[in-house]
Amino acid sequence: MTTPPMLKEEIAPGAGGGSPVGPDASKGVLAWLIRITSALILPIVIAVFFFAFGFLKRDDVSKSVQVLVAVVVGIVGVWAMYWGMDRLINLLPDSLGASVRPFVFVGPAMVILSFYLIYPAVNTTIISFKDGRSQNWIGLDNYTRIFTESQYLISIRNSLIWVIVVPVLAVGIGLAFATMADKISARSESVSKSVIFLPMAISFVGASVVWTFVYSFRPEGFGNQIGLLNALGGVAGMSPVNWLAQKPWNNLMLMVILVWLQTGFSMVILSSAIKGVPDVLLEAARIDGATEWEAFWKVVFPSILSTIVVVWTTVLITVWKVFDIVWVMTGGRDGTQVVAQQMVQEFFTNRNNGVGAALAVLLFVAVLPILVINIRRFRAEEAVR
Amino acid sequence: MTARTAAPSKVRQSSPWPIYLTIGLVSTMWAIPAIGLLINSFREPRSIRASGWWTVFGHLFDSTAWTLGNYTRVLDEGFGNAFANTLAVSIPSVVIPITIAAFAAYAFAWMDFPGRSWLFALVVGLMVVPLQMALIPILRIYTTIGVTGTYPAVWLAHAGFGLPLAVYLLRNYMGSLPSSIIESASIDGADHFAIFWRLIVPLSVPVLASFAIFQFLWVWNDYLVALVFLGIEPNVRVVTVELADLAGRGEGALNLMPAAAFVSMILPLAVFFGLQRFFVRGMTAGSVKG
Repeated sequence: MTTPPMLKEEIAPGAGGGSPVGPDASKGVLAWLIRITSALILPIVIAVFFFAFGFLKRDDVSKSVQVLVAVVVGIVGVWAMYWGMDRLINLLPDSLGASVRPFVFVGPAMVILSFYLIYPAVNTTIISFKDGRSQNWIGLDNYTRIFTESQYLISIRNSLIWVIVVPVLAVGIGLAFATMADKISARSESVSKSVIFLPMAISFVGASVVWTFVYSFRPEGFGNQIGLLNALGGVAGMSPVNWLAQKPWNNLMLMVILVWLQTGFSMVILSSAIKGVPDVLLEAARIDGATEWEAFWKVVFPSILSTIVVVWTTVLITVWKVFDIVWVMTGGRDGTQVVAQQMVQEFFTNRNNGVGAALAVLLFVAVLPILVINIRRFRAEEAVR
Repeated sequence: MTARTAAPSKVRQSSPWPIYLTIGLVSTMWAIPAIGLLINSFREPRSIRASGWWTVFGHLFDSTAWTLGNYTRVLDEGFGNAFANTLAVSIPSVVIPITIAAFAAYAFAWMDFPGRSWLFALVVGLMVVPLQMALIPILRIYTTIGVTGTYPAVWLAHAGFGLPLAVYLLRNYMGSLPSSIIESASIDGADHFAIFWRLIVPLSVPVLASFAIFQFLWVWNDYLVALVFLGIEPNVRVVTVELADLAGRGEGALNLMPAAAFVSMILPLAVFFGLQRFFVRGMTAGSVKG
């Protein structure tokens, strides 16, 4: 892709005109003031509209009216505000207008990102150095706690096991399935892939309910086992097991749920990568006498390696932030806590902002390398363009 | 899956039956938990508690074993309301970020301004910031201005968390459109706003649809954001919160859980399978890049 050539603003005639000013109009403090103001106007109007009006408070107005208002504002209102700002800019001198306009387009997104991601990230980091009620500075105490007290250490250990086990299984099974499904009839391929892919549409909470009926446990003598696993165990002559309370295997039981959910994602992405491997290469390998197994490892695997890395990373990030499954299935009891769930636990149940924030920072710091790699890769791509 | 592109030279070597067997086995393993839940959702509450779902195969055609009662009860007991709440949360949470992201993406792709590449790198970086980082500060602000438990609070939060990916996807797509059409439009006298609205947005429908589906599934299935900013009060809570509440009641709610789970899944499943084409394409474009 070539660099998109920037439009010469002079080509686009400004509707309003305004007095011609020298080329310096786009520089200086005033110009920046105008740029920043115009970037801020829209988000402020949106926020005031949504938050300041009483009619959007809980019970005042029916839900459908609220949704209707939101959709109208979300599309028509926001669009109209951009349009209005654009007309206003046309009233500015051309060169100034041309330098302000991009800020009107980009500004709202950047303001919202600053408010919902950048500011909180900074603020959470600050809170992590304060006490439970965020009043006094306590230095590194929260971090000392999460790296010494056993409940936090267990959650960190568990999270590390999660990010190893789940991606290995989800990507491994996904890759094997995609490879094999590529070799069967198109119809069987489509049906079987849909089955694996289906859990992608389900919420983590929904999936937890699905698996409740797999792991369900009744002590012996308290009725039939209604959980699939214990029923099968019973057939095999095992006594019933409380799967979600058996340390440390209960962790694995929870991981299986996420594997069930994530395999479809990796399978679909890898499948399309496999289909992108040129047939010529494969046929050449076969003519050279390679078996299917050798052809896979020598031709297919190297060509899709970069896709595997991307899929792996995506699954890994999802796993690292897993919360719902643990929260719903065990609530972190019996040694099943993970960092993201422990964080919410500290924040809501224990009302300890400091430790909660420190755990959030831990979640963030661990993905920093991925953030840096993403930005580097993006820069490299831009340089090529 | 419609992903199958024409591949006439697909080589089928030797006997494929071990492959069919493995694929069949794995698919069955994947389907069984969901099938069990589906069967349970249509059984009498008594039998859900008393025996496993597989026992129905002993008396498949005994009509007294089957009932829609679980569904009617679930819908009456708050789930119908939760379903409406989730719609009220989801639709604006998809629409608002798309509009805002589209304008930003256009500027990043086709306008020149100081800090353009720096700001976009920031957006790329923000894609991996865990939303856990945002929970505590945003909730404190929301509590101070008294908007926790209101829909706009959740809409804008979802908009904020969805924006980085939206801007990234849309900008990459818009940037790959041929510059010639845009140049000729600008020679014809169209300004940026007209080019954006009349040319770029219509051309970007596929990627807009992909992101819309992605964001809809994300918001509909979200539990954490809804739990924190909207809360557990029955008049506002969404399906995932309602379902987690049922699951938390354990044995007592065992008869309602399967039907409730399926009510919560019905819309995302429909969207997913109805619009899979867009979704897969968007996901592939977003992930395989680089």
